[in-house]
Amino acid sequence: MAINWYKYASPASFYSLAGRMIPFFAILAFGLLVAGLYIGFFVAPTDFQQGEAYRIIFIHVPAAWMSMFLYVVMALWAGIGLAFNTRLSSMMATAIAPTGAMFTFVALWTGSLWGKPMWGTWWVWDARLTSELILLFLYIGFMSLQAAIDDPRRADKAGAIIALVGVINIPIIYFSVQWWNTLHQGASVSVTQAPTMASTMLTGMMVMVFAAWMYAIAVILKRVRVIILERERHTAWVSELNERGAL
Amino acid sequence: MDWSNWSEFLAMGGYGIYVWGSYLVTFACVIGEILLIFKRRRTLVKRYGQIFDANGEDTSYQDDKTAV
Repeated sequence: MAINWYKYASPASFYSLAGRMIPFFAILAFGLLVAGLYIGFFVAPTDFQQGEAYRIIFIHVPAAWMSMFLYVVMALWAGIGLAFNTRLSSMMATAIAPTGAMFTFVALWTGSLWGKPMWGTWWVWDARLTSELILLFLYIGFMSLQAAIDDPRRADKAGAIIALVGVINIPIIYFSVQWWNTLHQGASVSVTQAPTMASTMLTGMMVMVFAAWMYAIAVILKRVRVIILERERHTAWVSELNERGAL
Repeated sequence: MDWSNWSEFLAMGGYGIYVWGSYLVTFACVIGEILLIFKRRRTLVKRYGQIFDANGEDTSYQDDKTAV
């Protein structure tokens, strides 16, 4: 079966495709969230060192991973939009930024609430925490810059530059715990080594990671549909949808 | 993990404020984000309805420029 993928580079076709995909991802996100919380609070045992406080991990780690991953995806779409002048790619980048910023804030917030009982402090200026804070500023910078420029196509281009330059921060966040002496611990989960956690803890965390993924996809598709409507209001297909009452 | 009662569950071994402080704020952010998108969409659809109905054509561009 040959699918013409280029068809979905057009905002008009992507708008309806995205609309059909949202319920699927939203339901998956909710199901995984319920399962993840159940495993996290009722199956996973108490940690022998951290007691119950470690249960923050079920949101802290997914949020931190998503904050970095979404930034890379945002920069990728922004870069594609810049290079090939494809409108939809830039709209995707714009749609990702608020969700990325939200996850970054959640990672910082939960990290702070975890740091207080375990390290004795809400915040330290160590490399991991500082680079994650810079990530939040990059997201906010991207959104503010785009909001400050009236012409959407120029806003796309300016935003793409910030997004692409800021990508350098992602490996810095990721490797900060190896490159510098940080209060933040090293990775508990890696591709090359066996995880250093009880298996039910790890299962709960991974289920929550997938829930965060599905949530991000659903919410970003929902937002990109609104952005498409805002930007394509002069087109025939939007007024046609509007006349049919099918926006 | 067996919690013997609700208050033990809420206490989280003395870490309740940190654990629930994390979860509550996270859920508030998630719900807030969803509500904001729905609101943005509702406002837009409503405005489009008004604009297209009144003139039969799209005047939202001028509309945007006057309403700062």
